[in-house]
This record gives sequence, structure tokens and C-alpha cells, in this order.
Amino acid sequence: MTVKSNHVTIKGIKDGLIFLFDDQCEFSELLNELKYKLEHSHQSILTGPIVHVDVKMGMRNMTEEQKTLILDTLKQKGNLLIRSVDTPGSMPDESAGPVIKTLCGMVRSGQVLKHEGNLLFLGDVNPGGQIICTGDVIIMGALRGTAHAGADGNEKAVIAASYLAPTQLRIAEVISRPPDEWENRETSMEFAFLQNGTMQIDKINNVGKVRPDFNVFKGV
Amino acid sequence: MGEAIVVTSGKGGVGKTTTSANIGTALALLGKKVCLVDTDIGLRNLDVVMGLENRIIYDLVDVAEGRCRLNQALVKDKRFDELYMLPAAQTKDKNSVTPEQVRDIVLELKKEYEYVIIDCPAGIEQGFKNAIAGADRAIVVTTPEHAAVRDADRVIGLLEGSQVEAPKLIVNRIRPNMVKSGDMLDIEDIIQVLNIDLIGIVPDDEHVIKAANSGEPTVMNPDSSAAIAYRNIARRILGDSVPLMPLTQKKGAFTKFKKFFGMGG
Repeated sequence: MTVKSNHVTIKGIKDGLIFLFDDQCEFSELLNELKYKLEHSHQSILTGPIVHVDVKMGMRNMTEEQKTLILDTLKQKGNLLIRSVDTPGSMPDESAGPVIKTLCGMVRSGQVLKHEGNLLFLGDVNPGGQIICTGDVIIMGALRGTAHAGADGNEKAVIAASYLAPTQLRIAEVISRPPDEWENRETSMEFAFLQNGTMQIDKINNVGKVRPDFNVFKGV
Repeated sequence: MGEAIVVTSGKGGVGKTTTSANIGTALALLGKKVCLVDTDIGLRNLDVVMGLENRIIYDLVDVAEGRCRLNQALVKDKRFDELYMLPAAQTKDKNSVTPEQVRDIVLELKKEYEYVIIDCPAGIEQGFKNAIAGADRAIVVTTPEHAAVRDADRVIGLLEGSQVEAPKLIVNRIRPNMVKSGDMLDIEDIIQVLNIDLIGIVPDDEHVIKAANSGEPTVMNPDSSAAIAYRNIARRILGDSVPLMPLTQKKGAFTKFKKFFGMGG
């Protein structure tokens, strides 16, 4: 077997090796080339003392199985000690927080806004209007209609609004109706979340306690 | 080429027909050439409010189906030479015309008249679709009740998805003293929810009922506060900037009047 393409690049650094994996080609090609390079072409540098290895996957979307497959292949060489693995899956989560889609406008009576994922809505949701999201619903405006967060069963989802005066709130399978004495509250931005299966309302400042996955800003 | 304005609300009984009749008459009063079109087929009322019921020969469905020419179906108003009405059929239903047919009729009328006021039926079905088909602008009528505001919101949503330009709002049947005491929805609250421009507020006025029953639009009666409101709306349609009628001051004048009588007695 001869390999002409260069999907797997092996770079030497001061204290080890970097394996750079191309993120455009087929996964099977990648694996074959890695095996080939380990078995045949690069034997000289891959035998001998223990070498630290950094693995960089680039922007490839890969499953856990594919990832372990690559790592297992590397581990077969006894002298390769994997020090770090860079995958795109873990990168945006840690640095940029959850992905959120921004929309503006107005959801009027009888209109339904559906979205897969998290939604930041700039505008009002009027009585009789609905927002349905599989993720979080965050409304910069008045929520007077119905909002359904975590529509496909995510109980961790939250609903937040600048003015939270909904007809009804739904998170995952839980449906809640605001009590009648809600009418004359002070107006501060609030959010709804599930705690042991019941709907709770709290000031937006406390959203971090409920959702540790949000990045928390800590000033100096 | 004239302009077609549809008067709609979603909910029934909020005063679409009264508003159409009065705005149309007020525009005629201001010297405009106006045609009123009743699209409430099967439940026509505009002719009754205008006092023209007994002059109807042909109707909208007859025109749509080619049984008569458009001019033959138009009924001339008793009071104004430049005010006409195209009545709806009473014996058919909403499905007997298509939006395309209504649009063609309205287009034809726009060539002849400066303003075509279309009275829309309640609901959001076929009748509503017919009514808005030929319209350039829309006026949404609501009353200070939650149900009416909810329906107005629905209709505004549908209008925003159509060819009609941004609708304007009329809040009808305001009772100033009830608003003041907090028993009636505030106009500010209504506008905040609906988020469209207000073109007028019409106070609840007994003259309106009396006028509708006698087939004489209220707007002809200068003693009625609703008449002033409708005249102001007509002027705003023409592009004049007329300040909103101060509701509280009106009440103030009334109390002064009562005081005067109290002192006299």
C-alpha cells in the first residue's frame, strides 16, 4: 500500500510529536493513512524512547468511537504517550458557551415560532402567540404568550424574559400557569426553570446557579 | 388612482361597519369621492347603517359573476353626491366570491374614486381574505376588552403577512370615566401589546346607536363626541396631523356643565 496524500502530518516539537489530522477527508482514509505511517514509513522515529504526543483533530466532527479508534491505533505503539487531544466538539463549548440563534420581530396571537436549539428573541410574544424551542428561550421583550423550552424533553432548559407575564410556561413535559396574583409584580428580568419537576421563577441574576454550563463572568 | 382601505377587527361587534360608514361619510364630508364596499356577504349591515337598504338593486356577487355592470350595482348616498356604496349579497355566503374577484372590483373602483372603504366581516376565513385582497391600507378596530385586543393582534399578524401596508389602530367605545377609574383597559396598554400606530380613539356614545338605527351616520351629528372622533380620523387618513381628542378634558367640560346647573338650581 502506498500513500501519496498527506492527511496525517507528524511534526516534531521540542518535547514530543504533534499528530495533525486533516479534517476534510474521509475518516477511513485518515485511519488507513495513520496505520500505514505508524507501521511503515515513519518507523525510525516511532521506535525507541517514550515520546509525548499531542493529537490535533482540526475541525472534524467525529463520534466518540472514531476518536477512540484513532487513539487506540496510536496506543498500539508502546512508546507513544498521548499527552493531549484537541477535538472541535469540546472546543466551542468551553470557550464560547452554548450556541444561540438571534431573531427579532413580534410573535402575535395565533403565530408560532419554532426553533431547534437555543433562541434569543428580540421583541414581544403576545397572548395567543407561542415560542417553541428544543433549548433555552431568552426573550428581550415581553413574554405575554406561551413559551416552551426544552421541547424534546430537556429538563435543564430555561425560559427568560425581560418582562415575564406569560399565559403559560412549558419546560420539557412540565406545564405551568402563573398564579393570578402575578399581575402586579415589580418588573425585573426573570427566568423560569425546573426544580425537581416543578416550575420555579427567579431573578435572572441567579441563572448561573441553575445552569452551571453557562459561562460565569467574574469581574476583578 | 384612489386608495383602498379595509376596516377589519377579527372579533365581531366591535364597530367595523359603524367605523366604515362614518369614516366614509366623513371623507365625503371633506369633499372626497368615496365608495364603501360591504364584503360581509350573507350578513350585510352597511346598507342598514347608511340607510340605503331599500335602494339596493344589484350586489357584489352580481358584479363578480357578471350579472350586472359595476356601476349598476353602486348605490348613491342620500346625503352626498360623491358617496357611493357597493352592497354585499344577503342571500349568498362568503364562498360565493373569490379574493381575485374582489380585488378586480376594488381595482376598478379605485380608478373612479379617491377612497374605497372596504367593510370586512368578522373572522379570519374566506370573508376576511376576500376583504383584504384589494386593500392598500388597513384600519384595525378594537374595543378596550381583552378578547377584542387578542383578535386584533391575530388580524394584525395576518395583515403583516399580506400585501397590505402597516395597519393603523382605532380603539372604539372608550368610556373615559371607566378608563380613569381603572376598570377599562388603558389605551397605552393596548398600543403596547399591539405595537402599531394609533389613528384614532372613539368614545362610547349613545348617539352612535341612535344614528345607526335611523340610517344616518353619527358623523353627521356635530353634537356627538364620536362624530368629532370620526371626523378627526378622516383628516388623519388624508394626512393631516390632528391631535388625539383629550378624553379627560371632555369629562372636565361635562363636570363644569353639571356644576353650572348645580349652581343655577
